[in-house]
Amino acid sequence: MSPKNDIIKQKLQEKFGDQVCDFQETYGILSFETDKELNLKLIQFLYDDAELQFKFLTDLCAVHYPDQAERELAIVYHLHNLVENIRIRVKVYININHPNIYTATKLFEAANWMERETHDFYGINFIGHPNLKRILNVEEMDYFPMRKNYPLEDQTRIDKDDEMFGRGGNF
Amino acid sequence: MPRPVRFNTKIKTIEKPEGYEGEGFFATNLDKVVGLARKKSIWPLPFATSCCGIEFMATMGSHYDLARFGSERVGFSPRQCDLLMVMGTIAKKMGPVLRQVYLQMAEPRWVIAVGACASSGGIFDTYSVLQGIDQIIPVDVYVPGCPPRPEAILDGFMKIQELVGKESLRRRTSEKYKALMESYGIQ
Repeated sequence: MSPKNDIIKQKLQEKFGDQVCDFQETYGILSFETDKELNLKLIQFLYDDAELQFKFLTDLCAVHYPDQAERELAIVYHLHNLVENIRIRVKVYININHPNIYTATKLFEAANWMERETHDFYGINFIGHPNLKRILNVEEMDYFPMRKNYPLEDQTRIDKDDEMFGRGGNF
Repeated sequence: MPRPVRFNTKIKTIEKPEGYEGEGFFATNLDKVVGLARKKSIWPLPFATSCCGIEFMATMGSHYDLARFGSERVGFSPRQCDLLMVMGTIAKKMGPVLRQVYLQMAEPRWVIAVGACASSGGIFDTYSVLQGIDQIIPVDVYVPGCPPRPEAILDGFMKIQELVGKESLRRRTSEKYKALMESYGIQ
Protein backbone atom coordinates (compact mmCIF):
# COMPACT_ATOMS: atom_id res chain seq x y z
CA MET A 1 0.00 0.00 0.00
CA SER A 2 1.17 3.47 -0.83
CA PRO A 3 2.00 5.74 2.12
CA LYS A 4 -1.05 7.96 1.60
CA ASN A 5 -3.42 5.00 1.68
CA ASP A 6 -1.60 3.70 4.75
CA ILE A 7 -2.37 6.92 6.59
CA ILE A 8 -6.02 6.78 5.57
CA LYS A 9 -6.29 3.18 6.72
CA GLN A 10 -4.62 3.97 10.02
CA LYS A 11 -6.90 6.94 10.68
CA LEU A 12 -10.00 4.91 9.90
CA GLN A 13 -8.92 2.06 12.15
CA GLU A 14 -8.16 4.46 15.00
CA LYS A 15 -11.61 5.97 14.73
CA PHE A 16 -13.77 2.94 13.90
CA GLY A 17 -11.72 -0.04 15.08
CA ASP A 18 -13.15 -3.39 13.94
CA GLN A 19 -16.08 -1.81 12.18
CA VAL A 20 -13.97 -1.15 9.11
CA CYS A 21 -12.40 -4.19 7.48
CA ASP A 22 -11.30 -5.89 4.27
CA PHE A 23 -8.88 -3.19 3.17
CA GLN A 24 -7.71 -3.65 -0.41
CA GLU A 25 -5.79 -1.60 -2.88
CA THR A 26 -6.53 -1.96 -6.59
CA TYR A 27 -4.92 0.34 -9.14
CA GLY A 28 -3.81 2.60 -6.29
CA ILE A 29 -7.33 3.10 -4.98
CA LEU A 30 -8.05 2.05 -1.40
CA SER A 31 -11.30 0.23 -0.84
CA PHE A 32 -12.77 -1.19 2.34
CA GLU A 33 -15.96 -2.44 3.91
CA THR A 34 -18.03 -1.09 6.75
CA ASP A 35 -21.30 -1.79 8.57
CA LYS A 36 -24.53 -0.63 6.98
CA GLU A 37 -25.49 1.46 10.02
CA LEU A 38 -22.16 3.23 9.85
CA ASN A 39 -22.20 4.45 6.28
CA LEU A 40 -23.15 8.06 7.02
CA LYS A 41 -20.91 8.43 10.05
CA LEU A 42 -17.97 7.14 8.09
CA ILE A 43 -18.57 9.35 5.08
CA GLN A 44 -19.06 12.31 7.40
CA PHE A 45 -15.75 11.52 9.10
CA LEU A 46 -13.97 11.29 5.75
CA TYR A 47 -15.52 14.65 4.84
CA ASP A 48 -14.81 16.50 8.08
CA ASP A 49 -11.32 15.30 8.92
CA ALA A 50 -8.82 18.08 8.24
CA GLU A 51 -6.34 15.69 6.64
CA LEU A 52 -8.63 13.34 4.73
CA GLN A 53 -10.94 15.90 3.09
CA PHE A 54 -13.00 13.53 0.96
CA LYS A 55 -15.45 16.22 -0.07
CA PHE A 56 -16.63 14.98 -3.42
CA LEU A 57 -18.95 12.05 -4.16
CA THR A 58 -17.85 10.76 -7.56
CA ASP A 59 -20.19 7.83 -7.80
CA LEU A 60 -22.67 5.78 -5.87
CA CYS A 61 -23.70 2.40 -7.19
CA ALA A 62 -24.58 -1.13 -6.22
CA VAL A 63 -23.41 -4.64 -7.07
CA HIS A 64 -25.39 -7.84 -6.80
CA TYR A 65 -23.55 -10.95 -5.56
CA PRO A 66 -26.21 -13.66 -5.64
CA ASP A 67 -23.89 -16.25 -4.05
CA GLN A 68 -23.13 -14.34 -0.86
CA ALA A 69 -25.92 -15.31 1.50
CA GLU A 70 -27.29 -12.51 3.72
CA ARG A 71 -25.03 -9.95 2.05
CA GLU A 72 -26.08 -10.10 -1.57
CA LEU A 73 -26.15 -6.40 -2.33
CA ALA A 74 -23.11 -4.17 -2.08
CA ILE A 75 -23.48 -0.41 -2.12
CA VAL A 76 -20.33 1.34 -3.20
CA TYR A 77 -19.46 4.97 -2.52
CA HIS A 78 -16.64 6.46 -4.59
CA LEU A 79 -15.19 9.49 -2.83
CA HIS A 80 -12.59 11.92 -4.05
CA ASN A 81 -10.19 14.20 -2.22
CA LEU A 82 -9.91 17.06 -4.69
CA VAL A 83 -7.02 18.75 -2.87
CA GLU A 84 -4.62 15.81 -2.93
CA ASN A 85 -6.33 13.96 -5.79
CA ILE A 86 -6.89 10.75 -3.85
CA ARG A 87 -9.80 8.46 -4.51
CA ILE A 88 -11.36 5.94 -2.14
CA ARG A 89 -14.12 3.32 -2.25
CA VAL A 90 -16.43 2.51 0.64
CA LYS A 91 -18.46 -0.68 0.45
CA VAL A 92 -21.48 -1.61 2.48
CA TYR A 93 -23.14 -5.02 2.18
CA ILE A 94 -26.83 -5.55 2.88
CA ASN A 95 -29.34 -8.39 2.84
CA ILE A 96 -31.41 -8.55 -0.35
CA ASN A 97 -34.55 -9.34 1.64
CA HIS A 98 -34.18 -6.14 3.68
CA PRO A 99 -32.47 -3.74 1.25
CA ASN A 100 -32.63 -0.72 3.53
CA ILE A 101 -29.86 1.80 4.03
CA TYR A 102 -29.70 5.43 5.14
CA THR A 103 -29.59 8.01 2.38
CA ALA A 104 -26.49 10.09 1.72
CA THR A 105 -28.51 12.98 0.27
CA LYS A 106 -28.14 14.94 3.48
CA LEU A 107 -24.35 14.90 3.04
CA PHE A 108 -24.08 15.17 -0.73
CA GLU A 109 -26.72 16.70 -3.01
CA ALA A 110 -25.19 14.63 -5.81
CA ALA A 111 -26.39 11.47 -4.09
CA ASN A 112 -29.99 12.28 -4.96
CA TRP A 113 -30.07 11.04 -8.56
CA MET A 114 -27.40 8.40 -7.99
CA GLU A 115 -29.51 6.83 -5.26
CA ARG A 116 -32.59 7.00 -7.47
CA GLU A 117 -30.65 5.16 -10.18
CA THR A 118 -29.41 2.56 -7.69
CA HIS A 119 -32.97 2.12 -6.44
CA ASP A 120 -34.20 1.84 -10.04
CA PHE A 121 -31.83 -0.96 -10.99
CA TYR A 122 -31.23 -2.83 -7.71
CA GLY A 123 -34.29 -2.03 -5.60
CA ILE A 124 -32.38 -0.57 -2.71
CA ASN A 125 -34.50 1.42 -0.29
CA PHE A 126 -32.64 4.56 0.74
CA ILE A 127 -34.28 5.60 4.00
CA GLY A 128 -34.90 9.35 4.11
CA HIS A 129 -34.45 10.00 0.40
CA PRO A 130 -36.64 12.97 -0.64
CA ASN A 131 -37.91 11.50 -3.92
CA LEU A 132 -37.16 7.81 -4.23
CA LYS A 133 -38.69 6.74 -7.55
CA ARG A 134 -37.45 5.32 -10.85
CA ILE A 135 -35.23 7.64 -12.85
CA LEU A 136 -34.12 5.83 -16.02
CA ASN A 137 -36.54 2.98 -16.59
CA VAL A 138 -40.23 3.24 -17.39
CA GLU A 139 -42.35 3.81 -14.31
CA GLU A 140 -44.51 0.76 -15.04
CA MET A 141 -41.53 -1.58 -14.62
CA ASP A 142 -42.25 -4.00 -11.78
CA TYR A 143 -38.82 -5.47 -11.13
CA PHE A 144 -35.20 -4.43 -10.71
CA PRO A 145 -33.44 -5.31 -13.96
CA MET A 146 -29.81 -5.39 -12.79
CA ARG A 147 -30.44 -8.03 -10.16
CA LYS A 148 -29.02 -11.24 -11.50
CA ASN A 149 -32.17 -13.29 -10.97
CA TYR A 150 -33.83 -11.41 -13.84
CA PRO A 151 -32.90 -12.06 -17.47
CA LEU A 152 -31.32 -9.26 -19.47
CA GLU A 153 -33.46 -9.87 -22.53
CA ASP A 154 -36.87 -8.40 -23.12
CA GLN A 155 -39.41 -11.11 -22.32
CA THR A 156 -42.21 -9.66 -24.44
CA ARG A 157 -40.46 -10.62 -27.62
CA ILE A 158 -42.10 -13.36 -29.68
CA ASP A 159 -40.62 -12.93 -33.15
CA LYS A 160 -37.13 -14.21 -32.42
CA ASP A 161 -36.17 -17.86 -32.36
CA ASP A 162 -34.60 -18.37 -28.95
CA GLU A 163 -32.00 -20.82 -30.18
CA MET A 164 -30.87 -18.63 -33.05
CA PHE A 165 -30.56 -15.62 -30.79
CA GLY A 166 -28.68 -17.31 -27.97
CA ARG A 167 -31.46 -17.18 -25.43
CA GLY A 168 -31.93 -20.45 -23.64
CA GLY A 169 -31.58 -23.52 -25.88
CA ASN A 170 -28.30 -25.14 -26.83
CA PHE A 171 -25.95 -23.25 -29.06
CA MET B 1 -27.38 35.76 -85.25
CA PRO B 2 -29.92 34.51 -82.70
CA ARG B 3 -28.82 31.83 -80.29
CA PRO B 4 -30.32 28.44 -81.00
CA VAL B 5 -32.96 27.48 -78.48
CA ARG B 6 -32.02 24.24 -76.79
CA PHE B 7 -34.76 22.26 -75.15
CA ASN B 8 -34.03 19.83 -72.36
CA THR B 9 -35.14 16.55 -73.85
CA LYS B 10 -34.20 14.42 -70.85
CA ILE B 11 -37.27 15.24 -68.77
CA LYS B 12 -38.97 12.21 -67.30
CA THR B 13 -42.71 12.31 -66.98
CA ILE B 14 -45.06 9.94 -65.21
CA GLU B 15 -47.42 7.73 -67.19
CA LYS B 16 -50.88 9.20 -67.06
CA PRO B 17 -53.45 7.01 -65.35
CA GLU B 18 -56.07 5.04 -67.25
CA GLY B 19 -58.99 7.15 -68.43
CA TYR B 20 -60.99 8.62 -71.25
CA GLU B 21 -59.43 11.27 -73.32
CA GLY B 22 -60.82 13.63 -75.91
CA GLU B 23 -60.06 17.01 -77.24
CA GLY B 24 -59.64 19.30 -74.26
CA PHE B 25 -60.63 16.82 -71.58
CA PHE B 26 -59.38 13.83 -69.68
CA ALA B 27 -61.50 11.80 -67.32
CA THR B 28 -60.24 9.29 -64.78
CA ASN B 29 -60.82 8.06 -61.23
CA LEU B 30 -60.46 10.58 -58.44
CA ASP B 31 -58.48 7.92 -56.52
CA LYS B 32 -55.81 7.87 -59.16
CA VAL B 33 -55.40 11.63 -59.45
CA VAL B 34 -55.32 12.10 -55.71
CA GLY B 35 -52.88 9.21 -55.33
CA LEU B 36 -50.64 10.68 -58.01
CA ALA B 37 -50.64 14.08 -56.36
CA ARG B 38 -50.08 12.69 -52.87
CA LYS B 39 -47.26 10.35 -53.71
CA LYS B 40 -45.18 13.07 -55.27
CA SER B 41 -45.64 15.54 -52.43
CA ILE B 42 -45.07 13.54 -49.26
CA TRP B 43 -43.89 15.61 -46.33
CA PRO B 44 -41.76 13.38 -44.14
CA LEU B 45 -41.30 13.85 -40.42
CA PRO B 46 -37.90 12.47 -39.41
CA PHE B 47 -37.98 10.89 -35.97
CA ALA B 48 -34.26 10.15 -35.73
CA THR B 49 -32.80 8.77 -32.52
CA SER B 50 -29.50 7.22 -33.58
CA CYS B 51 -27.25 6.07 -36.41
CA CYS B 52 -30.07 5.46 -38.91
CA GLY B 53 -30.80 9.15 -38.49
CA ILE B 54 -27.27 9.92 -39.70
CA GLU B 55 -27.92 7.80 -42.79
CA PHE B 56 -31.10 9.75 -43.31
CA MET B 57 -29.13 13.00 -43.25
CA ALA B 58 -27.09 11.64 -46.14
CA THR B 59 -30.32 10.64 -47.85
CA MET B 60 -31.60 14.20 -47.55
CA GLY B 61 -28.31 15.68 -48.71
CA SER B 62 -27.42 16.65 -52.25
CA HIS B 63 -25.82 13.33 -53.24
CA TYR B 64 -28.81 11.04 -52.68
CA ASP B 65 -31.33 13.86 -52.53
CA LEU B 66 -34.70 12.81 -51.18
CA ALA B 67 -36.11 15.95 -52.82
CA ARG B 68 -36.05 14.16 -56.17
CA PHE B 69 -38.99 12.12 -54.93
CA GLY B 70 -41.18 15.09 -54.21
CA SER B 71 -40.16 15.48 -50.58
CA GLU B 72 -38.32 18.76 -50.76
CA ARG B 73 -39.97 19.89 -47.58
CA VAL B 74 -39.07 17.89 -44.50
CA GLY B 75 -41.46 19.00 -41.81
CA PHE B 76 -40.59 19.12 -38.14
CA SER B 77 -44.12 19.41 -36.87
CA PRO B 78 -46.22 16.23 -36.88
CA ARG B 79 -49.33 18.27 -37.64
CA GLN B 80 -47.99 19.19 -41.08
CA CYS B 81 -46.57 15.84 -42.11
CA ASP B 82 -47.82 12.78 -43.94
CA LEU B 83 -45.05 10.28 -43.33
CA LEU B 84 -43.48 9.43 -39.99
CA MET B 85 -39.96 8.13 -40.54
CA VAL B 86 -38.78 6.37 -37.40
CA MET B 87 -35.03 5.91 -37.53
CA GLY B 88 -33.14 4.40 -34.65
CA THR B 89 -33.52 2.62 -31.34
CA ILE B 90 -36.71 3.45 -29.49
CA ALA B 91 -36.30 2.92 -25.76
CA LYS B 92 -39.40 1.89 -23.87
CA LYS B 93 -39.41 5.25 -22.20
CA MET B 94 -39.50 6.90 -25.65
CA GLY B 95 -42.52 4.78 -26.69
CA PRO B 96 -45.27 7.09 -25.39
CA VAL B 97 -43.50 10.07 -27.01
CA LEU B 98 -43.45 8.35 -30.40
CA ARG B 99 -47.08 7.39 -30.02
CA GLN B 100 -48.00 10.96 -29.16
CA VAL B 101 -46.21 12.21 -32.28
CA TYR B 102 -48.12 9.67 -34.37
CA LEU B 103 -51.44 10.74 -32.84
CA GLN B 104 -50.69 14.38 -33.62
CA MET B 105 -50.38 13.62 -37.34
CA ALA B 106 -53.49 14.12 -39.44
CA GLU B 107 -54.96 11.34 -41.60
CA PRO B 108 -53.94 10.10 -44.06
CA ARG B 109 -50.63 9.23 -42.42
CA TRP B 110 -47.99 6.63 -43.13
CA VAL B 111 -45.17 5.19 -41.07
CA ILE B 112 -41.84 3.79 -42.17
CA ALA B 113 -39.57 1.94 -39.72
CA VAL B 114 -35.97 2.46 -40.85
CA GLY B 115 -33.33 0.04 -39.61
CA ALA B 116 -33.24 -3.07 -37.49
CA CYS B 117 -33.88 -1.26 -34.18
CA ALA B 118 -37.05 0.51 -35.22
CA SER B 119 -38.29 -2.65 -36.96
CA SER B 120 -37.55 -5.25 -34.30
CA GLY B 121 -35.35 -3.87 -31.53
CA GLY B 122 -32.29 -4.99 -33.50
CA ILE B 123 -29.28 -6.01 -31.46
CA PHE B 124 -30.81 -4.41 -28.38
CA ASP B 125 -32.56 -7.49 -27.09
CA THR B 126 -32.81 -5.94 -23.65
CA TYR B 127 -35.30 -4.92 -21.02
CA SER B 128 -35.12 -1.19 -21.74
CA VAL B 129 -35.65 -1.20 -25.51
CA LEU B 130 -38.92 -1.43 -27.38
CA GLN B 131 -38.82 -4.57 -29.54
CA GLY B 132 -40.07 -2.92 -32.71
CA ILE B 133 -42.22 0.19 -33.02
CA ASP B 134 -45.09 -1.90 -34.39
CA GLN B 135 -45.85 -2.74 -30.77
CA ILE B 136 -47.23 0.76 -30.31
CA ILE B 137 -48.07 2.19 -33.76
CA PRO B 138 -48.98 0.59 -37.11
CA VAL B 139 -46.12 0.47 -39.63
CA ASP B 140 -46.45 0.52 -43.43
CA VAL B 141 -42.90 -0.23 -44.60
CA TYR B 142 -39.90 -1.75 -42.84
CA VAL B 143 -36.38 -1.00 -44.09
CA PRO B 144 -33.83 -3.62 -43.04
CA GLY B 145 -30.19 -2.83 -42.32
CA CYS B 146 -28.02 -1.77 -39.43
CA PRO B 147 -27.96 0.99 -40.46
CA PRO B 148 -29.46 0.76 -43.97
CA ARG B 149 -27.64 2.62 -46.73
CA PRO B 150 -29.29 5.73 -48.18
CA GLU B 151 -30.26 3.66 -51.23
CA ALA B 152 -32.19 1.32 -48.96
CA ILE B 153 -33.96 4.23 -47.29
CA LEU B 154 -34.85 5.60 -50.73
CA ASP B 155 -36.13 2.18 -51.73
CA GLY B 156 -38.31 2.10 -48.63
CA PHE B 157 -39.51 5.58 -49.44
CA MET B 158 -40.44 4.51 -52.97
CA LYS B 159 -42.37 1.58 -51.51
CA ILE B 160 -44.30 4.12 -49.44
CA GLN B 161 -44.94 6.15 -52.59
CA GLU B 162 -46.31 3.03 -54.22
CA LEU B 163 -48.68 2.48 -51.29
CA VAL B 164 -49.73 6.11 -51.27
CA GLY B 165 -50.35 6.13 -55.01
CA LYS B 166 -52.50 3.01 -54.93
CA GLU B 167 -54.42 3.74 -51.78
CA SER B 168 -58.19 3.84 -52.15
CA LEU B 169 -59.86 7.00 -50.93
CA ARG B 170 -62.16 4.85 -48.83
CA ARG B 171 -59.42 2.92 -47.07
CA ARG B 172 -59.20 5.18 -44.02
CA THR B 173 -62.92 4.88 -43.31
CA SER B 174 -63.07 1.13 -43.87
CA GLU B 175 -63.91 -1.38 -41.16
CA LYS B 176 -60.58 -3.10 -41.63
CA TYR B 177 -58.63 0.09 -41.03
CA LYS B 178 -60.76 0.92 -38.00
CA ALA B 179 -60.09 -2.55 -36.61
CA LEU B 180 -56.35 -2.01 -37.13
CA MET B 181 -56.48 1.29 -35.26
CA GLU B 182 -58.60 -0.34 -32.60
CA SER B 183 -55.97 -3.02 -32.09
CA TYR B 184 -53.50 -0.25 -31.23
CA GLY B 185 -56.00 1.50 -29.00
CA ILE B 186 -56.33 4.50 -31.33
CA GLN B 187 -59.79 5.81 -32.25
